Amino acid sequence: MLIGKAPEFKSSEITPRERFLNRRNLIFGGLAAVGVAYELRHGLPPYISTGVVQASSKLPTVPSKYAVGEAPTPKQKAITYNNFYEYGTGKSDPAHYAKNLRTRPWTISVEGKVQKPLTFDIDQLAGYRPLEDRTYRFRCVEAWSMVIPWVGYSLSELIKACNPLPSAKYVQFLSLDDHKQQPERPDSYDWPYSEGLRMDEAMHPLTLLTFGAYGETLENQQGAPVRIIVPWKYGFKSAKSIVKIRFLDKQPPTTWNDQAPSEYGFYSNVNPNHSHPRWSQSQERHIDASLFPKTIKTLPFNGYANQVASLYNGMDLNKNF
Amino acid sequence: MNNNVIRLLKPLVFVLCLLPLGVLLRQAQQANLGADPVASITHFTGNWAMYMLLLSLAITPVRRISSKLAWLIRFRRMLGLYAFFYATLHLATYVFLFSGFDIAGAFNNLRIHDFHGIAEQWRAVWPVMVDDIQKRRFIQVGLLAWFILFLLAITSPQWVMQKMGGKPWQTLHRSVYAAAALAVIHFAWTLKKGNLEWWKDGLVLAILLGLRILWSLQKRFAQGKPKVAVSR
Repeated sequence: MLIGKAPEFKSSEITPRERFLNRRNLIFGGLAAVGVAYELRHGLPPYISTGVVQASSKLPTVPSKYAVGEAPTPKQKAITYNNFYEYGTGKSDPAHYAKNLRTRPWTISVEGKVQKPLTFDIDQLAGYRPLEDRTYRFRCVEAWSMVIPWVGYSLSELIKACNPLPSAKYVQFLSLDDHKQQPERPDSYDWPYSEGLRMDEAMHPLTLLTFGAYGETLENQQGAPVRIIVPWKYGFKSAKSIVKIRFLDKQPPTTWNDQAPSEYGFYSNVNPNHSHPRWSQSQERHIDASLFPKTIKTLPFNGYANQVASLYNGMDLNKNF
Repeated sequence: MNNNVIRLLKPLVFVLCLLPLGVLLRQAQQANLGADPVASITHFTGNWAMYMLLLSLAITPVRRISSKLAWLIRFRRMLGLYAFFYATLHLATYVFLFSGFDIAGAFNNLRIHDFHGIAEQWRAVWPVMVDDIQKRRFIQVGLLAWFILFLLAITSPQWVMQKMGGKPWQTLHRSVYAAAALAVIHFAWTLKKGNLEWWKDGLVLAILLGLRILWSLQKRFAQGKPKVAVSR
């Protein structure tokens, strides 16, 4: 039973050096988990118990047939070069300013066109299905790319457990909106950060509910404790630090599309033939272990065309960019 | 400030203005340019071109505020040339790194004297740049700003000024205001919508240009009635 399980953690997990202050969060996290567990009588059955997972702690993973066999970008580069505007607009800002993000306790609520609104605790969610090693190509809309070994399971697993109604055609993801934890956040945007997918995109097995990377829990600047990864779309489509998932019958408003519709389409599939108004998307600076990234050709759907191109059959991809 | 001191200060300022480039080269040598060195170098050189340009534009207002600092005029040309220097590095970063030009391959070909190979490498990225110049506003205004600085740089020697005559030379060199405004617009347009990182540069430029406008209006009023009568 969940109530018995949630506060179980080894003492070694409680006080790693710099995490001392987090002890308080763990205590409240445990209390919150008990409270949430009460609500969750009919929620997710845990597949494995991960206990309380902390930033930079190892995650047990299984291999996945969806992983690409490319060499990952060194972790140090992947966690110091991020777009996460809640923590500032500079690429190195998130690594500095996301430090204060509290990832426990953390709940994700599910609402909208579902049989019944649900609330999940993050650790329960992480333990619901086996966590897979999914090394994916990652293409930023700014024409640089990385290869990241994400850890998670297909979002479709969670969606199935949420029992969406037949009228649910879109899924919206809302990120944490807490100015106190995000002091560097520019006021020139409407928060919270919102992203969305069409239902069939969200149900595609490649779409990953992501809890970790490089075999460990996500760093705060990567969108801890849970984010989406949609590898065939530009990076901004993959919402970070998710607190709410909404099932909708209409296309949801999304942050960048609202800001500049001519630059960031709702679909934003990686497409070398459709330029961003301010730069070509035909090539990308590939950030790997070398000092100077090589410029490589960008692939349609970021190299995932075989798996996902059929989702867009009959659509004009220049119009629906 | 007497001439001797200025003569001593000049090399010092010259070296000081080279320091940012030194920092950049040092970071490159230590592999300390971040995950995306091309973007880092682009931002670094662009920022310093802007700072040098704003510094050179600050000299006239500062002299006006304090007559004790009148000697600063002796450094204005150097600062302006440094603005051109960093703007050129910025442009070169775009041409040889940002465009996707295979610079390592080009160096290799240079070593083995394969100039045909270099031409091929050049042809691979040329369409990308042409496309940028034709389609992208921020590239157009940036290039125009650089071109203005280029014109000012090649007309900066004393003998060119004498040859041109003071008045035409001054008229030409007033286009530095346009170059600075274009530079700020270029910066603002490179940023994503809602990203207001450019506001500090924009504010400094607005103050520097605003003071000039204010003073020229004051001068006009001090001279008495407007010279041209308004007729109906």
